[in-house]
Amino acid sequence: MTDRRHGGDKSTALPRRRFIGAAAALAGVAIAPGLMLFEFARGDAPAKGVSGKVRWGMLIDTTRCANGCTACVDACRRENGLGFGTRPTDAQWIRKVELKEVKSGRTQSAPVMCQHCAHPPCVDVCPTGASFRRADGIVLVDRHTCIGCRYCMMACPYKARSFVHENLTDQKPDVPRGKGTVEACTLCVHRVDRGREPACVEACRAARHEAIVFGDLNDPASTIARRIRERTTLQLRADLRLDTGVRYQGL
Amino acid sequence: MRRMLMLVFGALCLAALPAQAGGRTPKPVIEQARGEKCIAEPERMRREHAEMLRHQRDQTVRQGVRGEKASLTECIACHASRASGSVAARREDFCASCHSYAGVKLDCFECHSARPKSERVGTRR
Ligand code: HEC
Ligand code: HEC
Ligand code: HEC
Repeated sequence: MTDRRHGGDKSTALPRRRFIGAAAALAGVAIAPGLMLFEFARGDAPAKGVSGKVRWGMLIDTTRCANGCTACVDACRRENGLGFGTRPTDAQWIRKVELKEVKSGRTQSAPVMCQHCAHPPCVDVCPTGASFRRADGIVLVDRHTCIGCRYCMMACPYKARSFVHENLTDQKPDVPRGKGTVEACTLCVHRVDRGREPACVEACRAARHEAIVFGDLNDPASTIARRIRERTTLQLRADLRLDTGVRYQGL
Repeated sequence: MRRMLMLVFGALCLAALPAQAGGRTPKPVIEQARGEKCIAEPERMRREHAEMLRHQRDQTVRQGVRGEKASLTECIACHASRASGSVAARREDFCASCHSYAGVKLDCFECHSARPKSERVGTRR
């Protein structure tokens, strides 16, 4: 294999290398002014869109999460127009998981949703680039590019994603959804981009539990960062080292 | 024979002129939108709105850029019909009438609501 390549190419090797050198020089000339233009362009236009300086996350305090309470789940369904889970094919973006220790009988509950991983397996397996991680850490499906193959659903260790099986009507104007695509918790991206909290967080507070804290994990002064610094928190399936944006406390 | 056909054709063309004004030819219905003017010249809008929307779509979904002019929800806020409250519920509605005239089929409204946000109804005149 190597023999053939070296032997056969010997006569052309030198000219080709020279050509590559020349091409590289040309590219250098072309790139330098290009870069300058780019810098200028960035200089006078204010940065638009999300920034990588922020990483949105949630901290769920299971000691405050009440058994049987579904305020977060209901709020999610209402906010995103998901329907009320009456059909087996209805989408589910957040669910309550009840845990019971068999020996002691101690029960605990916690909501589980997309964990907004820093290294999301759903993004790795997506064949079209529809699954992506926004600069601010929110993991999303671009439904304009999703072909509904559902590889991401298989790859997700948290079973966080749903497939839309049926035609939908009456979607919320802020939350377009449609048949043949995969969807999951968006951290209420349409609210977060306008400076609001996700609907589940608001609902949990309204139910007087305050079991979910939302904020910027990268900002040392934020409530969420401070709590994570001061208390023992964990990531679900931390062994997979996905660096989740959703953390749990009290599990 | 050929001459005869030409004559008939000519007569038909002439007949088509008043028909257009009278509404026999199915021209798209363009209902007056809310707001003073569109986000760009109407000539440019007619030609380039698809490209503008595609660009805006990627900007918003991928980069989280909100509140831009070429947002689909903004088009709907100004262009929803006063009669149906929608841009695509009936054939006469803004996005639908022109597209059915031009033979364009959209899948946007399988996901996107064709109605303005409820809190916005009536706020734009
Ligand atoms: C399979 C569902 C689906 C289809 C079909 C679809 N979209 Fe979207 N679209 C979405 C979702 C989901 C968002 C993200 C909404 C958000 O984050 O606010 C979105 C966002 C957008 C946005 C940015 C938000 C806004 O209101 O400006 C634009 C523009 C857009 N889509 C244009 C289109 C156009 C044009 C079409 C048709 C050619 C289309 N979309 C078809 C699901 C869809
Ligand atoms: C602020 C309200 C407003 C918004 C937002 C808006 N339009 Fe318009 N649009 C108008 C008005 C008013 C007209 C009538 C022409 C004029 O005076 O500009 C118009 C005209 C048009 C026309 C030309 C219709 C014709 O006469 O043939 C098209 C096409 C169009 N708009 C598409 C869009 C699309 C697509 C969007 C979203 C990207 C949009 N408009 C957003 C108000 C709006
Ligand atoms: C004045 C007539 C007219 C009006 C009004 C109009 N369109 Fe269009 N639209 C067209 C024509 C013609 C095309 C096909 C040519 C093109 O792609 O530009 C088209 C194409 C499109 C496409 C691309 C379709 C594709 O498959 O690539 C989108 C998306 C679109 N229109 C969205 C809208 C929306 C949303 C509205 C309502 C807010 C609207 N249009 C109103 C004439 C119109």
